[in-house]
Amino acid sequence: MSAPLIAPLIEAAGLSVAYRGEDGAPPLQALRAVSIAAEAGEVVGIVGESGCGKSTLAAALIGLLPGNAVVTAGTVRFRGTDFLALPEAGRRGLRGRHIAMAFQDPMTAFSPVLTIGTQLTDFQHHLAGQGRAARRARAGAMLARVGIADAARVLDHYPHELSGGMRQRAAIAAALLMTPEVLIADEPTTALDVTMEAQIIHLLRELRRDYHGAIIVVTHHLGVVGELCDRVHVLYAGEVVETALVDDLYHRPAHPYTRALIACDPAGLTGVTRPLPTIPGRVPELAPPPPGCAFAPRCTLATARCHIEAPPWVAVGPGQGARCHEARPRGCDPGGTDPKGADANGAIR
Amino acid sequence: MLSYAIRRVLLAFLILFVVMLAMYGMVFLVPGDPASVALGPRATPELKALLTARMGLDQPVAVQIWNFFRNAAAGDLGFDVWSRRPVLEVILEVFPRTLVLGLVALGWAVGLGVALGCLAVVWRGRPVDRLLGVLSVGMIAVPSFVVALYSLVIFSVWLGWLPAIGAGERGDFWGQARAVVLPAFAVGIGWVGYTARLVRAAMLEVMGASHIRTARAFGLPERIVVTKYALRVAIIPAIAIIAVGLGGILSSAVFVETVFSRPGIGTLITGAVQKRNYPVVMGTVLFMTAFYLLVVTLADLLIARLDPRVRDVLRG
Amino acid sequence: MSFAAEPALGATATARRPPPGRGVLGRLARDPMGLAGLVLVCLVVGVALFAPWLAPQDPTRIDVARKFQGPSLAHWAGTDQLGRDLLSRIIHGARTALSIALGATGIAGACGLILGLVAGYGPRWLDAGLVLVFDALSSLPMVMFAMAVITVVGPGTGTLILVIVLVSVPGYARLIRAQTLALKGADFVLAERCIGASGTRIVLCHLLPNVAGPLVILISMDIPVVIMLEAGLSYLNLGVRPPTPSWGNILYDGYTSLRFAPSMIIAAGIPLILATLGFTFLGEGLRDALDPRLGYGAPR
Repeated sequence: MSAPLIAPLIEAAGLSVAYRGEDGAPPLQALRAVSIAAEAGEVVGIVGESGCGKSTLAAALIGLLPGNAVVTAGTVRFRGTDFLALPEAGRRGLRGRHIAMAFQDPMTAFSPVLTIGTQLTDFQHHLAGQGRAARRARAGAMLARVGIADAARVLDHYPHELSGGMRQRAAIAAALLMTPEVLIADEPTTALDVTMEAQIIHLLRELRRDYHGAIIVVTHHLGVVGELCDRVHVLYAGEVVETALVDDLYHRPAHPYTRALIACDPAGLTGVTRPLPTIPGRVPELAPPPPGCAFAPRCTLATARCHIEAPPWVAVGPGQGARCHEARPRGCDPGGTDPKGADANGAIR
Repeated sequence: MLSYAIRRVLLAFLILFVVMLAMYGMVFLVPGDPASVALGPRATPELKALLTARMGLDQPVAVQIWNFFRNAAAGDLGFDVWSRRPVLEVILEVFPRTLVLGLVALGWAVGLGVALGCLAVVWRGRPVDRLLGVLSVGMIAVPSFVVALYSLVIFSVWLGWLPAIGAGERGDFWGQARAVVLPAFAVGIGWVGYTARLVRAAMLEVMGASHIRTARAFGLPERIVVTKYALRVAIIPAIAIIAVGLGGILSSAVFVETVFSRPGIGTLITGAVQKRNYPVVMGTVLFMTAFYLLVVTLADLLIARLDPRVRDVLRG
Repeated sequence: MSFAAEPALGATATARRPPPGRGVLGRLARDPMGLAGLVLVCLVVGVALFAPWLAPQDPTRIDVARKFQGPSLAHWAGTDQLGRDLLSRIIHGARTALSIALGATGIAGACGLILGLVAGYGPRWLDAGLVLVFDALSSLPMVMFAMAVITVVGPGTGTLILVIVLVSVPGYARLIRAQTLALKGADFVLAERCIGASGTRIVLCHLLPNVAGPLVILISMDIPVVIMLEAGLSYLNLGVRPPTPSWGNILYDGYTSLRFAPSMIIAAGIPLILATLGFTFLGEGLRDALDPRLGYGAPR
C-alpha cells in the first residue's frame, strides 16, 4: 500500500468537534481526531451506534454543523482545499453542486408546503442560467432515473403525498441533481421497512455503476454496509475504532466492538437464539471522555490497562487497522507488520 | 375540505346563536323594563307605552324571542328609536370607516411586525434580537388609547401636523388618508410587537426543522431559505392568531375612535351605551360578533388552503 | 442489528439539564425584563398601599380658583379643571386601579376554578354545554361584550368588576378543565381512586398543585389587560364614577380640557403606562421562569 500522490477527493483529517454545554456544563466531545477519506468511484461506509458522532461527521463533511458545535482540531478538505476555513459563501457554492447529501428521515427532509417539483427546481439554483422550465425537466428526469414511475406527476405532489420509499428516492434524486463529486447518504434506509430498504439498497448499487463520484454511506446498519461499501470506518464514542475493507471487516474483525456488532446482526444468526445477542452496557458519557479506551467498560477482553491508557492505532493488515491494545498485526500479512505503515490518525488510503 | 368548511360555519352559527340568546336573556334578567331604562327620567306613561310597543315588548317572551331570531336571521336588527332608522342601516353607515381603520392598522402593523420578526431571527441571540424582544413586549403592553391620546397631544395639538378629529370629508381621499394616520398608528402599534414575537418564535422553530437543513445543504442562499422555506411554514400559525386578534383590533378601535372623534362602530356604540340605546347596542354587538366569527372562520379556511397537509387531512 | 434511530443533529449532543435555578424569584431576578417588571410592580403596589400617606393633598378637594395650574412646588403635577391636585389624584388612582384589577381577577380565578372543575368532573352534557358557553364568551370581542353588559346593568365599579370576571373566566375555566381531564386519566389518580381517595382529596392534593402555576401566570398576564380595561372604560365615562380618582377619569378630564392643559393627559398616562409595562414584564418573566409553554398575551 503506497502513500497517495495527490490529495483524496474528500477527507476529514484529525477532525475534533465539540458541542458547547449549556449553562457552564462541560463541552461534549462528539468527534475526537477522526480521519476518513473517500476517493472518486469508491463507496465508504461509516457505521456506529446512536450517539457515536456519525451524524456530526456527516454534517461536518458538508459544512453544516449546528450553531453550538465547535471544530477544536483538524480539517475537512475537499480537493485539497480546507472546506471549514472557507467563508460561508464559498461553502454554499460547494454545497449541492460538488458535495450533496441525501438526508435521513425523508419525512421531514422536504418542506411540507412546497411541491417536490418546486423544491427540486430550487435545489438546482447553481444552474440559474438554465431557466425554471429546464431545471424542472431535469428534476423530472432524475426522479425517473431513481425509479419513480410517473415522475412528471410526482413533481406536482407535496412530500406528504408520497410513500416513505418514494420520498427516500426523491431525496436521493435531489442529491444527484447536480451530479456532485461527493454524495453523502445519511441513514438512507433507517426510516423504511425491510422491503423498501432492499429496494433503496438496490437503487444505490445501480447508481454506483454509472456514478463516478465518491459515495459516503452513514448508517447504523451493518447489513447496508456489507451490501454497498468498499471500505468501512467503525465509529465508537466519537473515535474511529476500526477501518477495514468490507470483506476483512466481516471475516477478520480486529476490534472487539466490531466483533460485537457483527455478533448482534440478526441476519448473521444461524440457529435459534433467545434472547437476541446484545452488547451489554451503554455508550459512555463524552463530557468529558473517559481516559482509557472508550469501549473498555463494555469489552469482554478489557484489562486494567484498557481503563487507564488510551489504546494506540494498530495496523493489523493491508488497509485494516484498529484502535485497541489487544489488536495484533496479522502475521501472514507482510504489509501490516510495520506499525508505521499507517499514519498516527489511522487514515488508510 | 367542503365538509370541514360546512362544519366550521355551523359552529360559528351555533356560537352566534348562544351569544344572541345570552344577550336577549340579559335584558330580561335585569330588574326594570327596558323601555323605562332606555327613556330614563324623561319617561311619561304614554311615551313608555309607545316605546314598549315599538320594541315589541308587550308580547309574550317566547314570541319576542322568536321574533328577535326571525328578524335577526332576515338581517333586521331592530329599529333605532332615536334616529328613527333601522339599526342595520345605522351600523352599515359607519362600519366601513372602522373596517378601513382596522385594515390600515393591521396592514402596517403586520408588515412591520413580520419584518422585525425576521430581523430578530437573522440576528438571533445578538443585542439587536434582545432589544427587539423588549421593544415588542413594550409595544404590546402600552394601552392603545394612551398611545392615541399621546399622539393626539403631540402630533395634532403641539405640532399640528395631522387632524385631531374626524375621518375626513367624503370623497376627499387625502383628507381621509391624513385622518386615518394617527388612529391607525395607535391601533396598530401593539400588533407590531405581537406579530414580531409571533413570527420570531414560529421562525425559530421552523429554522431548526430538517427541511431547512436540506435547503441549506443544497447551498440555497440564506435569503431564499428564510423567505421561501421558513416563512412559508412559519406564517401559517401566525395567520390564525392574527385573525383571532382582530377582536382585539376592534376593541382598541372603540377607544381610539372616541379619542379622535372618528365616526365608526366605536363612537356609535359608546354613544349608544351612554344613552342606553338598547337596540343599537345589541345590534352592534351582534353585528361585530358575527363579523368577527366570519373573519376567524375565513382564516381557518385560508390556513386549510395554505397548508397542503391540513388540506389533505380535511379532504380525506 | 438495529439500534434505536438516531435523534436529530445537535440534539444528540446538547446537554439536557434545567437552568441552575435558585427558586422562581432567583430565576426572575436573573432576567433583566422580569427584574424591571418586579421593580415597577413593587413601585405601583407600594404607591397604592400607602396612597393616603404619600398623596400631598385630598384627591377630591376642589379649589376652583387654582384650576389648570402648571407644575409648581405646591402641586408637583399641577391641578385639574376643578383645581384638584393632580399628583394626589394619580396616586389614589393607583389604589383604584389595583384594587379593581386584583379583586376582579381574584374573583374570576375562583369562578374559573369552580367552573373548570364542574366541566371536567361533571357529566358529559354539562361539559359540552359549558365549553360552548366558554367558546361563545371568548369569541365576543372583549370591549363589545363589556358595552352590552354596561348598557343592561348600568355603569359603575360593580359593573366593571362583573364585566372583567365574565370576560376572563372562560380562559381560566378552560385551563382548569384541561388539567382536570388530563389528571382524570392519569395513572396515579386511578391508583388513588383504587385505594379509596375522595374527590376532594384528589382535587386538593393533585389538581391544585398542578394548576396553581399556570393559573397564577395567566392571572398575572391578565392584570395589565384589566388595568387597561378599567382605565379605558372610565375614560369613556362607563367605568369608575367620578369623583373617585381613576387614571381613566383623569385622562378624560385632560381630554376635555385639552386646549387648556394638554400636560394633564401626559401626566395621567405615565402611571398607566408604567403599571401595564410593569405587570406585563413581570408576567412574561414569571412565564419564562415557571412555564415557557404558555402562549403570549395579545396586544390591547
